[in-house]
Amino acid sequence: MTFSVAMTVNGKAVSGKVEARTLLVQFLRENLGMTGTHVGCDTSQCGACVVDVDGKSIKSCTMLAVQAEGTKVTTIEGLAPSADKLHPMQEAFRENHALQCGFCTPGMVMSAIDMVKRNNYQLDEATVRRELEGNLCRCTGYHNIVKAILAAAPAMKSAGV
Amino acid sequence: MTAETGIGARVRRKEDKRFLTGTGRYVDDLPLARATYAYFLRSPHAHAKIKKIDTTAAKAMPGVVEIFTGKDTADAKMGGLICGWVVKDKHGEPHKAPAHPVMALDTVRYVGDTVAMVIANSIDEAKDAAEAIKVDYEVKPANVDLARALDKGVAEVHPEAPGNLIYDWEIGVKADVDAAFAKAAHVTKLDLVNNRLIPNAMEPRAAAAEYDKGTGNYTLWSTSQNPHVLRLILSAFVLGIPEHKLRVVAPDVGGGFGSKIFCYNEETMVCWAASRVGRPIKWTAERSESFMTDAHGRDHVTHAELAIDKDGKFLALKVETIANMGAYLSTFSTAVPTYLYATLLAGQYTTPLIYANVKAAVTHTAPVDAYRGAGRPEATFVIETIVSKAATELKMDTADLRRKNFIPSTAFPYQTPVALQYDSGNYPPIIDEAIEIADYKGFEARRAEAKSRGKLRGIGFSSYIEACGLAPSQVVGSLGAGVGQWESAQIKFNPTGNVQVMTGAHSHGQGHETTFAQLVHDKLGVPMDQIEVVHGDTATTPFGMGTYGSRSLAVGGSAIMKATDKIIAKGKKVAAHLMEADVADVEFENGTFKVAGTDKSVPLGQVVFSAYVPHNYPHADTEPGMDENAFYDPANFVYPAGTQICEVEIDPDTGVVEVVAHTAVDDFGNIINPMIVEGQVHGGIVQGVGQALLEAAVYDKGTGQLISGSYMDYTMPRADNVPSFKLGYKVTPCPHNPLGVKGCGEAGAIAAPAAVMNAVHDALAPLGVKHVEMPATSLNVWQSIQGAHRAAAE
Amino acid sequence: MYDFAYHRPKSLADAAAALKGKDESRVMAGGMTLIPTLKQRLAKPSDVVDLGGIKELAGIKAEGSGVTIGAMTKHYDVSTSADVKKTIPALASLAGHIGDPAVRNRGTIGGSVANSDPAADYPAAVVALNATINTTTGKHAADGFFKGLFETALKDGELITSISFPKPEKAAYMKFPNPASRYAMVGVFVAKTKDGVRVAVTGAGSSVFRVKAMEEALAKNFSSAAIKDIKIPAKDLNSDIHASAEYRAHLVGVMARRAVDAANK
Repeated sequence: MTFSVAMTVNGKAVSGKVEARTLLVQFLRENLGMTGTHVGCDTSQCGACVVDVDGKSIKSCTMLAVQAEGTKVTTIEGLAPSADKLHPMQEAFRENHALQCGFCTPGMVMSAIDMVKRNNYQLDEATVRRELEGNLCRCTGYHNIVKAILAAAPAMKSAGV
Repeated sequence: MTAETGIGARVRRKEDKRFLTGTGRYVDDLPLARATYAYFLRSPHAHAKIKKIDTTAAKAMPGVVEIFTGKDTADAKMGGLICGWVVKDKHGEPHKAPAHPVMALDTVRYVGDTVAMVIANSIDEAKDAAEAIKVDYEVKPANVDLARALDKGVAEVHPEAPGNLIYDWEIGVKADVDAAFAKAAHVTKLDLVNNRLIPNAMEPRAAAAEYDKGTGNYTLWSTSQNPHVLRLILSAFVLGIPEHKLRVVAPDVGGGFGSKIFCYNEETMVCWAASRVGRPIKWTAERSESFMTDAHGRDHVTHAELAIDKDGKFLALKVETIANMGAYLSTFSTAVPTYLYATLLAGQYTTPLIYANVKAAVTHTAPVDAYRGAGRPEATFVIETIVSKAATELKMDTADLRRKNFIPSTAFPYQTPVALQYDSGNYPPIIDEAIEIADYKGFEARRAEAKSRGKLRGIGFSSYIEACGLAPSQVVGSLGAGVGQWESAQIKFNPTGNVQVMTGAHSHGQGHETTFAQLVHDKLGVPMDQIEVVHGDTATTPFGMGTYGSRSLAVGGSAIMKATDKIIAKGKKVAAHLMEADVADVEFENGTFKVAGTDKSVPLGQVVFSAYVPHNYPHADTEPGMDENAFYDPANFVYPAGTQICEVEIDPDTGVVEVVAHTAVDDFGNIINPMIVEGQVHGGIVQGVGQALLEAAVYDKGTGQLISGSYMDYTMPRADNVPSFKLGYKVTPCPHNPLGVKGCGEAGAIAAPAAVMNAVHDALAPLGVKHVEMPATSLNVWQSIQGAHRAAAE
Repeated sequence: MYDFAYHRPKSLADAAAALKGKDESRVMAGGMTLIPTLKQRLAKPSDVVDLGGIKELAGIKAEGSGVTIGAMTKHYDVSTSADVKKTIPALASLAGHIGDPAVRNRGTIGGSVANSDPAADYPAAVVALNATINTTTGKHAADGFFKGLFETALKDGELITSISFPKPEKAAYMKFPNPASRYAMVGVFVAKTKDGVRVAVTGAGSSVFRVKAMEEALAKNFSSAAIKDIKIPAKDLNSDIHASAEYRAHLVGVMARRAVDAANK
């Protein structure tokens, strides 16, 4: 069964033809060629596919593309304010060496931004570790990811994002 | 060069921007026009005879382009996958080498074994068609219990390996060791299982290929840690495509941990089939396929005994191990439990006599091969567990017993009784530093405080050694390796002064684009942003051996240093000509050639320009261009060493173990980028904690089904399973490579399991618990506590 | 995933129409179980009816005597609702520990309750709090609603519209998560009301169940000491690589005592 879907991705109106079974992540990667959002598992656990839909972080491997009809989607490609400036969370990841192979990174960054906002820019280590439950990383041992998120929270607040 | 960017500086990574902005390019991200999609039908049985495969209905399904089975590969006379390391058994005979067909021919040997390849216009259509393939299996008994794999009457995996034995290998002289045991004041005995692990790089394996009919050239994109080696294997042994007609590209790769070293069925088939279907083919593993078919790690059953004299000095060590190879011998599988395991059994100690016997067994499970540490974590786990157990039995302080037996710093180079010659090291300051950082003195107070909260607190040490920086070619060749283990580098200046550094190593998270650039920047004074490190493409980089075994910096970095030396040497000739000076008087410093004792100087950029626009040039003895190659073959392995101290708290009511503190002090020799090194240690520790407390590949012993086949059942370490870590360093530079560096990639994973398990045992000792097997899940710990209660009641 | 016909009704009447006569259809709430099931080709529905477009199904209503939570209310909204936190803090806390943050942004209470996963958290709250399950055709009492593994008293085509939780005097939920999946390996919800005490266990059996012996003991003396000697029989409990039946039985006791202690805090 084929559908036309239309949504806003990173501020741009996009549309395309999908099947009912097409996942949002497939639509992003295959229809739009936005391959920054990754697929790392098939049981909705690794979090490499996390994107923001209407202000909430969600796993785009566990949402149908048709369900995103009319929504505003933000992906990792849509975070940096300009070509030479990163979002404070991206900057904190870079500054704190919170990524190695980079595969979990897009989902990790998207979840981290949502976490900071959800907690009103106030985080402690235990909260960060607990709320990273839905994001797996095999490289970093999480140490520097936790450090980066704790550093990004005040930076996001002062940057007003 | 500045202190902020040269050797030793915490330079932020050049590669990060693309990964942080979603513009990295992994294999599955490739846009290939007119691509088809492959799906592999896999065996649902651990052991079965294939009586018949009927693809007729499947081939008629919508969107299907082609379906291949084992018969097609046999008709095409495709070679089997190879094991590249010939281990000779204790009688000098080469190991048994059962055939490893790329697609199952008449027998399937593990759940996930490759039965058919379906190629279709979309992945969903390929999967639909795969369901329509009819396979008639005759299910046979499976052999999945390693401890019993070599027993009489167990189902055999291969006719070429009677009794499932691949080799019975030994090192050391058993009679000498037995004699030492006869004189021992104390013998500590230990039985343990080194649990089987599934690597779980976050990017699943993937392959894509296309064939150019006009030129006859194949391009294979693969999630490989060593694209040149993959090409060599495919060309020389499996597909027969000449090396110069096959380009292998390993673009951004999302972690490997060993699992992406090997040549796998799927990438072989994707490459082969690309010319047959005439369209590009893409394949990406689903996570469930990664669980089933990525080469697994570890999986030993071991008995060890340590003989100790009345003063606490180790007299001899005796180790018997059965190592699981899985159903087929993966690329380097045979070397892992022998030359990467038993040769490390001296640890940091002067134990004068060591005997190890290793029997490798095949089972109806996924192939087992190198996984982060590869043999060395298994060796460290044996040594560091038995040493801690001995300290408990002798009522000695665990650190003191270690110190008493450390190889003294004056003894290097130190010849161990198990073949290796440690090049350098100084172990006592490492353990002292770890003790200081971990506040070992304050531990009993922390234990008491935990007890007041109803928690059992324990502390555990692990003092590891590893041999890495693989490897001196002559040595590994004499031990049966099918390849050399040198590394290559090419430094190519462009006329405008920027530089490309080609390396045969491959970065899949290690940050080579930064670390290697730092080397060139430091040595040649070229600004960091003018240096591009190029890796992962056989078409653009010199032949190299790839990245594994903590080798990239020690071997690949050394090759880069050799290439910079050649650049400087050539540059001096050009500079001497430009400055009208004698070459012998030209010095190079901070990117500038100078005539000693004068104010004459010429910057490297100008020398490079002259080399490409050689109007005023020493043509008589110097070729134009500034482009130098180097190959570096190490003189020895490198020997990082360190001590980790772990503290755990256990909830005796539930059995839950929490790592509350973890300290690691390492000697990695000189450090180029401490930020990157720390990241490697953090990640390694968590993989080690994962092995100790969480992870286990579990097969059903009856059916051979992989029970822990997804993240629903295989416990991956999450952020809330670990604390932040405390790290420290001691430096004894490696004496035989130009950078004085050792390797840091595997250390964390090598040392951590023993540190954690020693802490668990220490915590549980007051309850009378003698032994907990890894992983020390809450279930295992609770059952061990119940067992101790029952034993106490009897 | 097999393909299917997708429907996104805007009202319950439209949903009923979409489901009518389609035996192989599946209702989708948050999709947190259904989509992974479809991805693994473990189900092959002809039609999927997505309730996400039915506005009337989402929302939380606080009444003096409790809260009524619309079936399509997300776990995140329950966990952060001021009304739920005030009326039944244990329920908000339970919702805040389901899955992970991204899952909580999609998963719904109605989906969880209708699915009757043996390791789901909400069924323990529904039973312990003696909630009422309101549906398109009537009401169900909590007792008897969860009939077994993935089985409820819902009839074909009957949809949960909301769940009404009466306010307890005291309540707490203690979850021992499966280390890998983080679903409840054992979860115990203890609630004390004027009518007595209920102890509901999820994760340990084929479906949520009550522990009458504990309820009786706690009715007399609502303290963890009152149940410290009550052993749960391991027979009929789940057993897998993460927990034997005996271990689960033991954990039910530990979690129940901790829940009582938490409820008394």
